[in-house]
Amino acid sequence: MDTTPKWADVILIPLINLILALLVSGLVVLYIGENPIEAIKILLNGAIGSTRGWGYTLYFATNFIFTGLAVSIAFHARLFNIGGEGQAAIGGLGVALVCLSIDWPHWAIALPFAVIGGAVFGAAWAAIPAYLQARRGSHIVITTIMFNFIASALLVYLLVNVMKVPGSMAPETGAFPKGTNLPNAYQVLGWFGIPFNKFAPLNVAFLLALICCVGVWALIWRTRLGYQLRAYGHSESAAVYAGISPFRITMIAMLISGGLAGLMGVNAVMGEAERLVIDSVQGAGFVGIAVALMGRSHPLGVLLAAILFGILTQGGIELEFEIPAVSREMILVIQALVILFTGALENMVRIPVERMFLRRKKRAS
Amino acid sequence: MATQKTEGRPDTAALSTEPAIELVGISKAFGAVQANKDISIRVMPGTIHGIIGENGAGKSTLMSILYGFYKADAGEVFIRGKKTEIPDSQAAISAGIGMVFQHFKLVENFTVLENVVLGAESGARLMPSLTKARKLLVELAREYELNVDPDALIEDIGVGMQQRVEILKALYRQADILILDEPTGVLTPAEADHLFRILEGLKAQGKTIILITHKLREIMEVTDTVSVMRRGQMTATVKTSETSPEQLAELMVGRKVLLRVDKKPAQPGATVLKVDNLSVTDEDGVLRLKDISLSVRAGEILGIAGVAGNGQSELLNVLGGIMAGTGQIQLNGEDCDLTGKHSDGQSRRARGIAHVPEDRQRLGLIMDFTAWENTIFGYHHDPAYQKSSLFMDNNAIRAETALKMQRFDVRPPDPHLKAKSFSGGNQQKIVLAREIERNPDLLLIGQPTRGVDIGAIEFIHQQIVALRDQGKAILLVSVELDEIMSLSDRIAVMFDGHIMGERLPSETDVKELGLMMAGMGEGA
Amino acid sequence: MDYLTLLQILDSTLRLATPLLLACLAGLFSERSGIFDIGLEGKMLIAAFFSAAIAATTGSVWIGLFAGISASVALALLHGLASITFRGDQLISGVAINFLAAGLTVLISEDWFQQGGRTPQLAGTARFNPINLPFADTLNSVPILGPFYKEVLSGHTILVYAALLAVPLTWYILFRTRFGLRLRAVGENPAAVDTAGVSVTRLRYSAVIICGILCGLAGAYLATGFAAGFVKEMSAGRGFIALAALIFAKWRPWQALGATLLFGLLDALGTRYQNIEIVGFNVPVQFMQALPYILTVVILAGFVGKAIPPRAGGQPYVKER
Repeated sequence: MDTTPKWADVILIPLINLILALLVSGLVVLYIGENPIEAIKILLNGAIGSTRGWGYTLYFATNFIFTGLAVSIAFHARLFNIGGEGQAAIGGLGVALVCLSIDWPHWAIALPFAVIGGAVFGAAWAAIPAYLQARRGSHIVITTIMFNFIASALLVYLLVNVMKVPGSMAPETGAFPKGTNLPNAYQVLGWFGIPFNKFAPLNVAFLLALICCVGVWALIWRTRLGYQLRAYGHSESAAVYAGISPFRITMIAMLISGGLAGLMGVNAVMGEAERLVIDSVQGAGFVGIAVALMGRSHPLGVLLAAILFGILTQGGIELEFEIPAVSREMILVIQALVILFTGALENMVRIPVERMFLRRKKRAS
Repeated sequence: MATQKTEGRPDTAALSTEPAIELVGISKAFGAVQANKDISIRVMPGTIHGIIGENGAGKSTLMSILYGFYKADAGEVFIRGKKTEIPDSQAAISAGIGMVFQHFKLVENFTVLENVVLGAESGARLMPSLTKARKLLVELAREYELNVDPDALIEDIGVGMQQRVEILKALYRQADILILDEPTGVLTPAEADHLFRILEGLKAQGKTIILITHKLREIMEVTDTVSVMRRGQMTATVKTSETSPEQLAELMVGRKVLLRVDKKPAQPGATVLKVDNLSVTDEDGVLRLKDISLSVRAGEILGIAGVAGNGQSELLNVLGGIMAGTGQIQLNGEDCDLTGKHSDGQSRRARGIAHVPEDRQRLGLIMDFTAWENTIFGYHHDPAYQKSSLFMDNNAIRAETALKMQRFDVRPPDPHLKAKSFSGGNQQKIVLAREIERNPDLLLIGQPTRGVDIGAIEFIHQQIVALRDQGKAILLVSVELDEIMSLSDRIAVMFDGHIMGERLPSETDVKELGLMMAGMGEGA
Repeated sequence: MDYLTLLQILDSTLRLATPLLLACLAGLFSERSGIFDIGLEGKMLIAAFFSAAIAATTGSVWIGLFAGISASVALALLHGLASITFRGDQLISGVAINFLAAGLTVLISEDWFQQGGRTPQLAGTARFNPINLPFADTLNSVPILGPFYKEVLSGHTILVYAALLAVPLTWYILFRTRFGLRLRAVGENPAAVDTAGVSVTRLRYSAVIICGILCGLAGAYLATGFAAGFVKEMSAGRGFIALAALIFAKWRPWQALGATLLFGLLDALGTRYQNIEIVGFNVPVQFMQALPYILTVVILAGFVGKAIPPRAGGQPYVKER
């Protein structure tokens, strides 16, 4: 019976999980001899205490929105896409190829093509694991992890041997033509007379991410395709009964998922770096998993969780600057704990909470 | 014929006035549901005691408490007069209780011997254990006439033998009290009779047997005493010789129950479904349907009788577009594509075939979807459900669901509740409402009243007959012979992928059908 | 290729296959009991770190080994807690454990050693040293088999021999003991075990702990036998390759040996022949580096399509209502 109210399911339980993750992280900080309260203060101040902080935080959040949506949509079809890291990397490649292909006159013209490039390349990278799962039953978890490693090797090869600027030692492409540079927050807010930090990398890709949030929500809960995705995600046998093709759904879900991950390239490669470098993804693919779990695969939850992790990432960088002992890997640990508590240890919190609501209902009746 | 097992146990014959099992005031709740309420029952030794009740009456919960699976919230258990705590299965086994579950607890890729010995091995090393067990097993099998092949793999033997393995497991652990939960669901009438003979043999040896079933006929045939449960409570305990099926049914439900369906004679029209030389191979490469031919006319109910696993599921699956096959299927004179897989459910529905599947929870419904989401399940491509080319019209779907729920008396009539929150009968009504109201030319329906309480059974049977009277063709598959006999206008019996014969209900009886279900009698 | 080169390649094969074999057997126990474990990678990594770190600080590789195994078992118990007691998603738990190990190992090594995520170089008693099997030198003169004995079989560190011994031991435990029967049963039909009065929970935790111990050996070998110290991310996907080998071996011990030797061989070939020319086309070094991962995908796609895992694998056991 549904005795646990929806708000508890969507907000309370994830919140408790988050607090648990932070508590354990605090213990780790204590262990390496630093003050967790101090650490939190520095973290928050570095992340949201200034427009510069916000600029970086939301920039990181944009990356996580794309990768989080990617994992979410696959989750709805009961597919565990761990390949976001590789798909985002190859998506970045696609974006770079588009940007470098011609001398774009204006970013508004280059942007749609870059979007297509990123999405198509990201989807293509997800296609083979998807096909193998759909046709041969090869476990998508292992194949996508392998493809992450392969993507990494592929990009190193391309950047060192093929796409490098001739005569340079640095394994990266040349700068993209000026016409592809996306306006950043400083510029956009400047049109409205609102001051903002000049150098923060937050750019219009953030708006693209928001649009994707709305789009994914509509797709999952308002369209036939979304209905079929969810039905298949709940029960493959029932889906077959209803005439839903497991092969088709697996492919479509993974292609959309890969495409969303690939869009991260628009933010990171086109919007910030403005060239293709080795490891443009920097672990955002994996953060996407934590974000999707925390956000319970709902676009609004993904948005909030992405901002949370943006805060942690930017705050973590500041923190490492101020307290060198608390290195960037701390964020990896927090991320792992979030995945652990929200994903694997979920029942540790859920069952007592549900029992509590049941007792309340019994007492009332 | 006592073997070395009975030391340490009081001679049951001498204490025959003391109940083998006595439960006093047992109560158990799961969350908000009170599964057992203050149950008291006495089972005398050396008897076959039946427990009957509808689905959800609490029979299985009670037995699970007795077997140590659940802990009762209140109440006490006395075994042979002694108060006994049963915190886990090990304690139940030590107390001499053995349980044969409805769904067998066997490891499919182990041998019979390994299954019997599992958990009762005689040492850390396996081979000596197996050797010792083999000798004991052969002796036991001989003593109780339970023929098994110790080295056969479970997945290779039939359900009848599997059940014997389950009984042997209990006897191997020196059970004096045997509990059987719905044992005849997977057996032919002949195999069921064989089982009852075995049970009577065990009774003669002084064993106590508790038989849990919902089949009135079995209670009348083989039990000495019967207890009736209804909605978590024990409503009555009577001597079988002093009661009747009608009285028991009334005790089960609380009011007079119609055990036969009232229906007018059929008025069949043109042939709607024609199946010729249909063969189906399953995904393991086993031939499940062997060259079947049959036909169903408009305004007629063709009932397919047979024990589960003889090809009926495959027949429904092929017709419903879930499996592929070879041969010919014609609907209203036009061929159906048999080769496609997986997306054929759509084309079948488009042709006018509706399908109420045998397993509603695994196939017919998405348990985590709401009632309104389930109302369009399988029909989600219908343009009528679209608000625009991109988006679905969820409000319209919800409104339609509310109406359907009223028409089919689904309780509670709330479209926003998840399917898993409804009882079995109401879930089935949701599926039926969806399929019947599509106005199909052919309705496929499997096990329509499995897991459904008696009140809903009547309603569902009436709906099926009403559809028939509208001139639709209906293919009914059921393992319940009573249901087949009372609903069908024509009966076909399936065994081992073949149709053994077709009969009119008025011209046959349970015995003849039972023979055909077991593969005897003339072929098709 | 001359005989000596072949021997050197086979020698490398054994050394490269050892961590895979240990991790594969670890996964075997876990998955046979019905608990999917994609956290083999994380357990190996954390064992690698702690074994090297403790060996460096105490100077004893054996104490280091013990520390490494303990760390791996700790993570294994965490996985068990999530999967068995809290009936959580086993794949998510595995992923979390991998991240946790990746983060913690660097964090703690930075804190202890300040060397950018690595431990100090190990030497002497702080690492495992090669063992010469008896009569290796004298037998060397025997044609063909002599050098084989000396180059390929003799001269490995002890954990290599332990790994090879683990194969028949695993076989014996699984197929010749009461524990093994029950373990295999609980991965196929836990209800059958439960109704027979045996604790499903206890069996599964046992399997998970064995998995932790074997992963601990694998990780310790990496840092103290194969290499001489811990380096960030040194497991490099081996835990996943071990999983592919497990599926390839259809969850059987002797086949696991074969599968991991195969992967080891390919890895050895790849390392030796960094720059291969095929039909005048220069195969890039990155391709050889990616080869194990590509091969894993090929194996999962090609031969393994219908390998049947333990029937109850990945599903938490809940008593039927």
